[in-house]
Amino acid sequence: MIEFRLPSLGADMDEGKLLEWLVKPGDAVKKGQIVCVVDTAKAAIDVECWHDGVVHALLTEPGTTIPVGTLMAALREANESPAHVDDLLSALRAKEVAPKVTAPPPMAPHVVTAAPVAAARQRVSPAARRRADELHVDLAQVTGSGPDGAITILDVETAARAPTPTAEAAPAFARPTTRAEEMRKVIAAAMARSKREIPHYYLAEDVPLAIASAWLAAQNARRNVTERLLMASLLLKAVAAALERTPELNGFWRNGAFEPGTGIHLGVAISLRAGGGLVAPALHDVPRKDMDTLTRELLDLVKRTRAGSLKSSELSNATITVTNLGDEGVAAVFGVIYPPQVALVGFGRVTERPWIVDGEIRAIPVVTASLAADHRVSDGHRGGLFLAALRDALQEPEQLAKGKP
Amino acid sequence: MNREELKRALLDELNGIAPEIDVAALIADKPLRNQADLDSVDWLNFLVALHGRLHIEIPDADAAKLTTLDKLIDYCAARITA
Repeated sequence: MIEFRLPSLGADMDEGKLLEWLVKPGDAVKKGQIVCVVDTAKAAIDVECWHDGVVHALLTEPGTTIPVGTLMAALREANESPAHVDDLLSALRAKEVAPKVTAPPPMAPHVVTAAPVAAARQRVSPAARRRADELHVDLAQVTGSGPDGAITILDVETAARAPTPTAEAAPAFARPTTRAEEMRKVIAAAMARSKREIPHYYLAEDVPLAIASAWLAAQNARRNVTERLLMASLLLKAVAAALERTPELNGFWRNGAFEPGTGIHLGVAISLRAGGGLVAPALHDVPRKDMDTLTRELLDLVKRTRAGSLKSSELSNATITVTNLGDEGVAAVFGVIYPPQVALVGFGRVTERPWIVDGEIRAIPVVTASLAADHRVSDGHRGGLFLAALRDALQEPEQLAKGKP
Repeated sequence: MNREELKRALLDELNGIAPEIDVAALIADKPLRNQADLDSVDWLNFLVALHGRLHIEIPDADAAKLTTLDKLIDYCAARITA
């Protein structure tokens, strides 16, 4: 039996509300397939299953809020019989106090298996869901007019205009919290924990980008728009290259000890413009990817973040975070580490600055790179080596752009 | 495709890559990236979307000059009819 549990979605997301199942009992599931959608304080997340199997039973009802680690579904492996999985599941559920799963206990697992989950499903477009948050509209009270009864933005706005006696009677302090407020709260909790627990130290280094800029311009001059490269992705490659030299910045602080990351997965801080807040989904195995692949993945990741369609694997396992505030025009950024990670790299704006080259003052593009790191794991000397490696890597862009086998 | 249709197509694609911005509030002759808060990744996503919608190639050297919605519309209009 394969236990499908709600995966960790990052330090600031310790619970989620199941919005809908995308599979039903009897469906075959392939490794990596998205099986359900879970709403968190930050966004609705597509949750993947990491095993091949056949859905045996769905144990969480849509609309239920559950903590990370909750057993949500059981899957059968290829060689397992349904009766065998029933037995295993009954034993498991007798052991675990399954949170918030409705009554009929192990005696009748078939009831759960057969439950028509789809009947209760309420289809809501992400945009409509966002609008409902803004207008404080309870979606359960809205009738959908879209395809399959889906709730549209228009339905939400119509519902918001309709006078509801309960809303008028409700005192001001009973106003439900919006997604923006909810997100601010979880970010506040994670950042306060970071500043409380992690002894940060900070370093900065100005990195000349004359060679990198020229290389990028030459590349882009002969590339179509769909193949164009970005300085942002070259900076990410440089972070990954430097981390290979200083692995103690890549990983987690857990149970009083450093746990090195398996692979270099860069969390990319992306600000959410509507209502503020940010999310840092991961680009996986960055050293192995060439610039073309990484740039396309970065573009896709940002687009999906804005559209609210991130996957659980992107939120669960970044080994370090990179924040690039250059486009907002700041000179440098000193970040707050996202626990349980142990370092954060920041980039400011790329600007032309006076720089000494071969004894002469020249105007060249320069970026200030910074490192915030956990003093329990590394010290300033190693942090300095990281920034030096980062600077050196950016002086050989062609080499840097390659993916390692 | 006339200018009005072209403008609608551009705003439509902009909305696609940045659903949370209010495209109706954009001022056509003021810097677009500032108003819409587009970073370099959003901007490239927007150019790729335009390429897909209008089948025009925007060279890197030209893209930097297309700072306002008006300039974008002019540029695309010339490319489509060309």
